[in-house]
Parts: sequence; structure tokens; C-alpha cells
Amino acid sequence: MLKDKYGKEIEDILSRYPVTRSALIPLLYVAQRDQGYVTESAMQEIAHLLRLTPPQVYETITFYTMFNLKPVGKFHIQVCKSLMCALVGSDTVIEWIKTKLGIGPGESTADGLFSLSVVECLAACGTGPMMQINEDYYEQLTENKLDRILTDLRSTGTSPLKSGPFMWPEPVKT
Amino acid sequence: MPKNELILLKNMMQPGYTGSLADYEKTGGYQALRNTLGKIAPADVTAIVRKSGLRGRGGAGFPTGVKWGFLPKDYQGPRYLCCNADESEPGTFKDRQLMERDPHQVLEGIVLACYAIGSETAYIYIRGEMVLGSKILEHAIGEARAAGYIGKNVLGSGLNVDVWVHRGAGAYICGEETALLESLEGKRGLPRIKPPFPATHGLYNKPTVVNNVETLANLPHIVNRGPEWFAAIGSPPKSTGTRVFCVSGHVKRPGNYEVPMGMTVRELVYEYAGGMRSDKPLKAFIPGGASAPFLTPAHLDVKLDFEHVAAAGSMLGSGGVTVMEEGTSMVWAALRLMEFFYHESCGKCSPCREGSSWLVQTMRRIFAKRGRMEDLETLLDLCKNIAGRTVCAFGDAEVAPIQSTLKHWRHEYVELINQAEAANLIKPEPVARR
Repeated sequence: MLKDKYGKEIEDILSRYPVTRSALIPLLYVAQRDQGYVTESAMQEIAHLLRLTPPQVYETITFYTMFNLKPVGKFHIQVCKSLMCALVGSDTVIEWIKTKLGIGPGESTADGLFSLSVVECLAACGTGPMMQINEDYYEQLTENKLDRILTDLRSTGTSPLKSGPFMWPEPVKT
Repeated sequence: MPKNELILLKNMMQPGYTGSLADYEKTGGYQALRNTLGKIAPADVTAIVRKSGLRGRGGAGFPTGVKWGFLPKDYQGPRYLCCNADESEPGTFKDRQLMERDPHQVLEGIVLACYAIGSETAYIYIRGEMVLGSKILEHAIGEARAAGYIGKNVLGSGLNVDVWVHRGAGAYICGEETALLESLEGKRGLPRIKPPFPATHGLYNKPTVVNNVETLANLPHIVNRGPEWFAAIGSPPKSTGTRVFCVSGHVKRPGNYEVPMGMTVRELVYEYAGGMRSDKPLKAFIPGGASAPFLTPAHLDVKLDFEHVAAAGSMLGSGGVTVMEEGTSMVWAALRLMEFFYHESCGKCSPCREGSSWLVQTMRRIFAKRGRMEDLETLLDLCKNIAGRTVCAFGDAEVAPIQSTLKHWRHEYVELINQAEAANLIKPEPVARR
């Protein structure tokens, strides 16, 4: 039960909104963080917490692309393929990942480590090609960089190549 | 390198600037708030903003002070401010930088706006993918609350303002202000029919103002330095101030450049962004994000302000300038954008929902060299029946790439179709899937 595990956080979220339904998306994020995807029982519990019907929760969750209704790999790779990234080579990045991991869009590796999705614009057009893995952005990708990221993730679960607070271009040093 | 005075990006360009409260205060941060609370009446703040000529930086370019003025004067009950940080227009990445590098500048703008419109609650609706940005904002709100800039009785003035970060969950349409409100209410992000406008019936049916991140970040500077100063920058009288342009595509130095409005595209692309990345010349550019029609090298001397870009047949939109070099297929480029719109259509209005799938299928067929000459008329006919016939502006946006590329580069379409006809490869296309 989410309420037993995240009681304080849920209370904090509910206190922010005068109308409880507003807490729906934040609570779905809590559920997704817990399991990696949103389970049916979590949806039912959230419906109960917010005094909604289960269909009201379901109609909302299915509108938004960031919620997984099925389990995904430990590292969910999302590569942007919109025009601005495509101009600077995002299709090649997708090919690299396909070759290196042996999976296509919508598939996961057999060990459950990586899933690949091809997505639309992630607001990093000046630093494309780019991808998001779980919560982190990786920008200005090259084949070398991609190799290092995948190796880092396999061995340590994180990579120092992820983006920090965004600024591009960097100020010129005088 | 910057040839003009920076306003919004000034702090973050200083070496060692971290965006913390201490850093922001050192550069004069929160002075505008101190000088306003209890000293300038809320209505006068609105008057200052109106006088400055500040227009919305999200896309539509509506005058901010006028928007605030639409709120009912005598309404008893809560009002809301929503900061639109759902930045998801392809080609745009300025709000991300403003929030992640100088979050207090945005927060000060939010508190000033709340004071002006009499709101005690502000929600920052940030796009769900920007996890780092939402953490940075949460941290900054914590700092500002501890220092008394946010919370009960701000700086002892009696003003109460609460600011919350609300993450979206991956829907482009939620950048449309009424869809944003629906989403914030925990529903599917379907735009509302207007009127009534959010100014009277917004979040929870209460008077609401929705302003873009960049718009709000301008407020402290306008209050500090006066509306006359701001109104003199850029391309007065109608496009005042600076704009953070996001340059992407085939240029040497893509990125965010803050320049006064009214600068030409040529100057922005060749002097700031370093020109084209190779010796291939510029073939096409989009001046204001994916929703803006494509323009040609003949438009390089168009001034980047609301009026001049509109007169050239496009729009300034969100300030995302995407540059394409010679050799880029315009049919391919329009198809890529069309696929984006097809994926993001919310499904509320039939012309957009069904039309986007027709457009994508027809475009894919032409690009795969299976097109027919009558497809071109079909495209134009579809576009004509989508634009202006939907609840929100998405319908107008999704036809822009096709209409503009057909206008300027029709021969590329024709060439692909001629190749198809020569090879006699015309086969039925499988149904497109989202």
C-alpha cells in the first residue's frame, strides 16, 4: 500500500491543492517511482485516496505518455526524434542503440536492464542529438559518449556524463 | 561576445554564479520585491507592466499587463497564478535554462505577479521530463521561503504567497493555457472552449492568470529599472524588450542567445550562432518553433519582432529558430514535424484528430515515393479544413509546416511524385499508427 509507505509525502502533496483531484498526477508519480510502472492496485488505491472512480484515474493516466502501464527496463532510454534533433543525427543514435543493445523501439533487453523508446521533443534542441535515461538528460551524443554512458550505467547505475543545470552556449572565458 | 546588454541571462553568464539565493541577492535580487511591497499599489504594478509593453513570451505574444487587467476587480475569493513552464514546442529550450540556472529570478517575478493580481497561490506547471529543473525550483522555493520572500506575510507586508511546483507528464498540448489548467486539475489535458477566458473562469473556475517563465522573469527588471527603460529596448512600440532566442539545427554554435527584439535573422544566425556549420548555404529556417511556418533565405533580413515576422508570413511564437542547410529535404522536414503533431494531437476536435492522421499518411506516401499528383491538392484541402476549425491553436500550428513548404518548395514534392509515377510504384499505404 502506497499510503503506508509514503504517508507523509502523500499528505504533503494533498496539502498543496484546494481540490484533491489535482493531486492525481503527483500521486501517480509516487506509484511509478515505487514499482517502475503504475500497477492496477496502485491506481485503485489512488482513486480511493482522492475519492475518484477508477475510470477517472485510468482516463487521466492514459492521456500522458510519461506513465508506464507495463514494466520497463531498469534504464528507460528515450531518444528524441523530432525535427531539430533529426537534423543533427538522432536517427543515427537510434541505430547505434539498436545495434549495441539488440533492441528496437518499444523493446527491452532480455536481462531487463534497458528499454528503448523513441519520443518527441524533450526541449534540448540546441544540444542534440539527445536522450533521456530515467530522470537524466544526456546531450550532444556521439558514438563514444553513448558507449561510455551504457558502460557506466551497467557498472555503477549512473553516469557522470548526464547533464547538469542547463546552459548553452557556455559563457566565453575572458 | 554578447554585443548587447543582457537582462535575463546576465546573472548566469557571470563566472561562478550558481543560482543560489545568496548569489541572486548579491546581484540585487529581490530588490524589486522589497521596493514594491507596501510601496506601490498592486494596480500600479499592473500599470507599470502595461506601460512597459511586455508581451507574453510563450508563443501568442499577448500583452501581459492587459491580460492581468482582465481579472475581475471586485471578485471575492481565491485567484491563481500559473507559471507556464511546460516548454515543449520543438525548437525551444530557453525556459529550461532560465529555471535551472537562475530560478530566483523566475520566483521573484512570480511573487511580483501574485502581488499585482491579488493571488495567494501560484503553481509552476513544469514539463514532466525536466526532473532536474523541478528539483532546482523546489530547492529555490525552500530557500526563498526560509528567507521570507515566499510564504505567510512576505517581508512583513501582510502579503501571503505560496508557490508550488507541479510536474506535467509528457503532453505537448498542456502548454496551451486552458489545457494546462485542465491538467493541473488532474484531468486529461484537453483545451477548453473560450470564452469564458481563464481571467474569469480559470483554475477551479476561479480567476486565473497563466504566464510563461520568460515573461515572469522580466518582471523584476521592469519594476527595478522602470517601464520607460524596458519600452525603449527592442523594436518599439509593439515589440519591446529582449528575447531569448533558441537557435538549433545546422549552425556552428546552437544555443540560447538573448538579443533585443528587432534583430534580423541574418545577424542572429551568422553573428551570434556562428553561421552555418559547413560550407552548405542556408536553405530554410523556422523563426518561432515548430508551429511557425518555414521561411526562405529571402527572409533573412526580416526583423525578429512580432510584427515583422507576421508580415513575412510566419510568427515569432516561442522564439525557437531552427536553421536548415542546403540538401535538407523539405518534404522530410515537414513530415517530421507532422509526425510530432500527429503524436501530440489531444483528440478533442475531429478536424485535428482525424486530419493529422490523414496528413501524416499522405506525407509518408509522398516521401516514400508512392505519391500521386492529386495528393498535393488533398494536402491543401485538408489543411484548409483543419486550420481555424479547432478549439485551440494547435490546428493552425499543425498545418503550418505543410502549407509553408508547399508554398516555397512545391517542386520538391512534385519531384518525388514524378519519381513515383516513373517507377510506377504506387501501392496502398498501410494505416498509420500512433
